[in-house]
Amino acid sequence: MSTNVHPKKYRSQSRNRAVSLSVTYTILIVLGIVWLIPLAWIVLSAFRCEFQPDGTFIGRVTSNFFPKAYGLKNFKDLFGATYYGVPNAFLKWILNTLLIAVIDCVISTFLVLSVAYCMSKLKFRMRKPFMNISMIIGLFPGFMSMIAIYFLLKSIGLTGNPSHPEYSVIGLILAYSAGAGLGFQIAKGFFDVIPNALVESAKLDGCTSFKIFRRIILPLAKPIIIYQALMSFTGPWMDFIFAKVIIGADNAAYWTVSVGLYSMLFGTHPDTNLFTQFAAGCVIVAIPIVTLFMFLQRYYVEGVTAGAVKG
Amino acid sequence: MDSRKAIDSKTKKNLPGFLEPVGKAFSEFGKRFADGSLGTKLSHFIFGAGNFYHKQYIKGFLFLLLQAAILWFMIFCPSINGTPYGYKALLNLPLKNLSEGGDFDPVTGHFTAGSDCKLMILFGFVTIAVIIIYFMVWNMNIKSSFKADMDRKVGKKPTTFKEDLKELLDSKFHITMLTPTCIAATVFTILPTIFMIALAFTTYNDQDMNNLGTNLFHWNGLQNFRAVFTGEGSLGVEIKNRFMPVLGWTFIWAIFATTTCYFGGIILALLINKKDLKGKKFFRTIFILTIAIPQFISLLAVRNLLGEYGPVNAMLMNWGWIKSPIGFLGLNNGDSEILAKVMVIIVNMWVGIPYTMLMTSGILMNIPADLYEAARVDGTSTAKMFFKITMPYVFFITTPYLISSFIGNINSFNTIFLLTGGGPAYTGYQAGGTDLLVTWLYKVTIDQGSYNTGAVIGIFTFLITATITLVTYRRSKAYNEEDTFQ
Repeated sequence: MSTNVHPKKYRSQSRNRAVSLSVTYTILIVLGIVWLIPLAWIVLSAFRCEFQPDGTFIGRVTSNFFPKAYGLKNFKDLFGATYYGVPNAFLKWILNTLLIAVIDCVISTFLVLSVAYCMSKLKFRMRKPFMNISMIIGLFPGFMSMIAIYFLLKSIGLTGNPSHPEYSVIGLILAYSAGAGLGFQIAKGFFDVIPNALVESAKLDGCTSFKIFRRIILPLAKPIIIYQALMSFTGPWMDFIFAKVIIGADNAAYWTVSVGLYSMLFGTHPDTNLFTQFAAGCVIVAIPIVTLFMFLQRYYVEGVTAGAVKG
Repeated sequence: MDSRKAIDSKTKKNLPGFLEPVGKAFSEFGKRFADGSLGTKLSHFIFGAGNFYHKQYIKGFLFLLLQAAILWFMIFCPSINGTPYGYKALLNLPLKNLSEGGDFDPVTGHFTAGSDCKLMILFGFVTIAVIIIYFMVWNMNIKSSFKADMDRKVGKKPTTFKEDLKELLDSKFHITMLTPTCIAATVFTILPTIFMIALAFTTYNDQDMNNLGTNLFHWNGLQNFRAVFTGEGSLGVEIKNRFMPVLGWTFIWAIFATTTCYFGGIILALLINKKDLKGKKFFRTIFILTIAIPQFISLLAVRNLLGEYGPVNAMLMNWGWIKSPIGFLGLNNGDSEILAKVMVIIVNMWVGIPYTMLMTSGILMNIPADLYEAARVDGTSTAKMFFKITMPYVFFITTPYLISSFIGNINSFNTIFLLTGGGPAYTGYQAGGTDLLVTWLYKVTIDQGSYNTGAVIGIFTFLITATITLVTYRRSKAYNEEDTFQ
């Protein structure tokens, strides 16, 4: 197949390759545009600054994809506005979500790592039953227990508490992080790949299990720690159902940002004129999360691959 | 030791497999009581007695404290919102009569009205959990005393408290590591799940209770499950008429959503990883964007794009293709159900394809290049290589992912809830044309306050996912050789 022997064939082959490559480029560019359109729509809506002839601002969904005028009015309005009687609500929601996300991230990551290490590297009697129970529990739809968690938290005053509405934040953190340990499978898959010989030889040298965990496993587990932290940190920014149910519809001062944004479109008093403000809020929420994802992409890929394709 | 072995083998012979650990526990129990020291014998009644006997004061005190706390909890029945824990909670659990239950009021001689049946059930299960914990602590305390006995026998000193703590960082490290999760998951996952399962066997339904003017309910056996097939009860007709269509659509949705995203993702990964293609990272980043952006943002964006007043409809109208806006997502009554179903599957591809693309990219690069080289020498076509080499290889490795994403799609709440809200709606029925079992469950419980029906739907969902998992996972290598993999 060398060029000297079949010059003609080679040329046609390289032309074929060029054609197929350009077809690939075309498909990928078209797909890329399709994938970006909804995101572009949100960004464009956020910067949309159109007025009606009589001077009123247009904040609803418009039929023109590209705005006729751009401006920062939506962002200014978003931060200055009072929603549901809460002044500067958006800023409060963001800070609230940040608080919840940070605490959830620490607790969840710790729980997941400790369970995953036990399941992967320690041998004890309850290991298999524990794994089976966690798998069975994981098969129930999460919303089923959501209601019960709400009742439970309410009975101990951690949500819907008239004298301490701020306690529902604690309730939500508990709801997010308490069950995290049962989602150990991905981290376990990662630990499984760490050779057992490493653990055995450390044990022969007189290392305690705790020391092995701290000195050997944790340093090697950096990718999975970052993956778990990323997942549990971004969780509260993305979820809105749990937050809505646990914090409560009439507790707007302690909502997370997603509940707040969602309520702009479908709240108890939906205002069709808030779409552009909603879009501005989405842009503000999305920027830090997307940046995190892009920086930690490698770990994210490693995590999802470790969890899904074992065996 | 011989007697123990004899008992062991006896129990093994006579008992069916699953009872074996129980039989073993009993034989161990008898042996400990018989062979143990006076302290160990006393430990069966007073926690920590054996530890005091062996001068392990701190440990003994901790055991005693736990016993006292649990007994206090059981006997004095602390109550929250008028609903008691402890033995009263156990008495309340049967919920036999609507007018009974709750805390006993000695003045009137009646149970207080205004008691909360859902809390009675919840606290009943909490109390059962506490009783289980009591027996676990009981067992631990006897075991600890018996171990000290054995240490004494061979001339060793019983372990000090410090040594016990050290043990928790070494040979008993799993206890240290698992305790937080066990407690947290029991309280916030296992208990709530059991509670909701229990609600499926009650009349807990805001609508019924409002009609009857009460906030109490009672057990009603399998009636709610029967309602799915007979249509009896307040929501019965709705459940009966909509259950099968929703179940069917859930399956169709799960099959289509899984396969379209799976094959779409593989093809996309093949395109991006094509040899000589420049800008691989750039393209990959574009698709990862949709994963990174919270779904409530991206899906609500799509919803408004395709909505009645959105740009897509405006564009189609400008071009003169349609006269009035199309209800792509079935958001209004009378919109096409089929169109809405097709659209959710298509939009879901937009959400799901990047995941599979990410996942399979690595696998595709690991396929030995000489397989393709050999095929090329034989003059195999690209399409044939895809079906004969790429697909079998990828499929083999990603089977677990395929199963878990099928189950994930059955429980795919966000896509449906944010895109169509379950629409197009049927008048008088909660479950719309694109509602899955999970979104229906949400509507029935949160919007309607029909907790018993919601629980029934949840149990059916569980049965489906559990069956699929049992049939596929347990047969797979990943499960059976889980600990040999290392």
